[in-house]
Amino acid sequence: MVGNRHACSLYLLIWFMLKRNNIVKFKEALIERLLLCCSLLSVLTTAGIIWVLLSETIGFFKHVSVIDFLTDTQWTPMFTNKHFGILSLLSGTLVTTFIAIAVAVPLGLISATYLSEYATDKMRHIIKPLLEILAAVPTVVYGYFALLFVTPLLRQFIPGLSGFNALSAGLVMGIMIIPLVSSLSEDAMHAVPMGLREGAYALGSHKIQVAFKIVFPAALSGITAAVILAVSRAIGETMIVAIAAGQQPKFTVNPLVPIETITAYIVQISLGDTPHGTLEYSTIFVCGTTLFVITFFLNVISFKLKRRFQEIYE
Amino acid sequence: MEQEIIIQIKDANSFYGAKQILKNVTLNIPAQTVTALMGPSGCGKSTLIRCLNRMNDLVPRFRFEGNVLYKGIDLYGKDVDITDLRREIGMVFQKPNPFPKSIYENVAYGIRIQGIANREFIDGIVEESLKRAALWDEVKDRLHESALSLSGGQQQRICIARALAVKPHVILFDEPCSALDPIATAKIEELITDLKNNYTIIVVTHNTAQAARVSDFTAFLYLGDLIEYGPTAKIFTVPQDKRTEEYLTGKFG
Repeated sequence: MVGNRHACSLYLLIWFMLKRNNIVKFKEALIERLLLCCSLLSVLTTAGIIWVLLSETIGFFKHVSVIDFLTDTQWTPMFTNKHFGILSLLSGTLVTTFIAIAVAVPLGLISATYLSEYATDKMRHIIKPLLEILAAVPTVVYGYFALLFVTPLLRQFIPGLSGFNALSAGLVMGIMIIPLVSSLSEDAMHAVPMGLREGAYALGSHKIQVAFKIVFPAALSGITAAVILAVSRAIGETMIVAIAAGQQPKFTVNPLVPIETITAYIVQISLGDTPHGTLEYSTIFVCGTTLFVITFFLNVISFKLKRRFQEIYE
Repeated sequence: MEQEIIIQIKDANSFYGAKQILKNVTLNIPAQTVTALMGPSGCGKSTLIRCLNRMNDLVPRFRFEGNVLYKGIDLYGKDVDITDLRREIGMVFQKPNPFPKSIYENVAYGIRIQGIANREFIDGIVEESLKRAALWDEVKDRLHESALSLSGGQQQRICIARALAVKPHVILFDEPCSALDPIATAKIEELITDLKNNYTIIVVTHNTAQAARVSDFTAFLYLGDLIEYGPTAKIFTVPQDKRTEEYLTGKFG
């Protein structure tokens, strides 16, 4: 009898544990599916964006030839004499990007080298977050800073400078992306194994030789990835150029005159009263596709370089 | 012993933060010999060898008291430029650490940073150093390939060639075989024995058999103290201290 009762309670216990186990399993499965849905959401959004961009772009190219789009040097979709030459917007984007990179890369790399090779741990823990605050300033603030502070300041030295120009927009954009360059490059330099530095010191290297002849080349692919991401960021930056660079599509490399970037044009049209469904309206999708293609390729290159870097040291 | 003393360590005390690593170590190292620093993990042998080219300066919170005289010059002296002296006291590390450059550039690095750019001169030194490191025949046709493409043992010999290229007088080996397989280890040990005719060699090892095979003199360290120092044959056959004997017979370590 006693044995039987024991067996009975044992069965109960096993049944209970199995049930408990099932509940846990069910919960786990539920959480797994929820997480999957969340990650799918961003994938689906990206897919949706690509679909909208492509379908509108294909519609656009039924009316405008690809050759005209790529070779015409005028961009006047809102005029009666319509021209759709992306070059005038692209030149604006490239000029501001070039100026921004010319500012951000040297300054970013110098501060990365300082932080990684020269600063004490204490200094690094103070300076790095401070630098990253630069990235936390809203871009609209940078835009007005460029328009209302930098441009008047530059006019003292450059009399011919227009009120809206690529130069101050580019300069301020460069300052904005310094933390992007410095932070990623510093990570890459910091990841260079201590053993390489020791090896170099043991051969009689000075600190600056270790920094520039050993650490910098060893981190080069990581640094290149950082620079490419910065270029991609500068190309996609909207608010600063929309506010401070002007809204005049112009096929020029002169940084002193008002221009318009691809992004600023998109803002201009989407804020305006251009009716949906018209050819004029579809231009913003074409511009969007152009940007998407450029930044996509840059990001792919950056990603590949970064992975190559990780393969070497991990 | 009538041998010339090249390095004198006097009352060396070193600290990492509040922890004392070396305790009053005094040791004379004769020139043109192989001296082994032997002892269990944490005995301070690596710290001691890294004091001889001040590699510990790179370690934050590290502190050194005492003197290390190299040919009579105090390495920790105020007016001493350790960067120059590191060319005379080369080092090979525990883990092979070739630069992510070509084989050629690895060996040429130490000369190039001295501002020497003469192609023929550098070619000559690279060849000579690789030959001395017993690596020339294996790599002579692939000098411009990445040093990282070599095997672990070859990488370590690149590091030895790299150290030889700047014409040091002393070479410090910090457990040079601990990351290598037995065959590669045998090659490095053979190389150490060959090199002692021209260089003073100091080897850190926790491997007693290795110390016995390669060294002329052996120092046994334990918990930061130098327990015993003398000719290797003597230390291994008639150790004076009980702890040395226990370590050699495998009672601890």
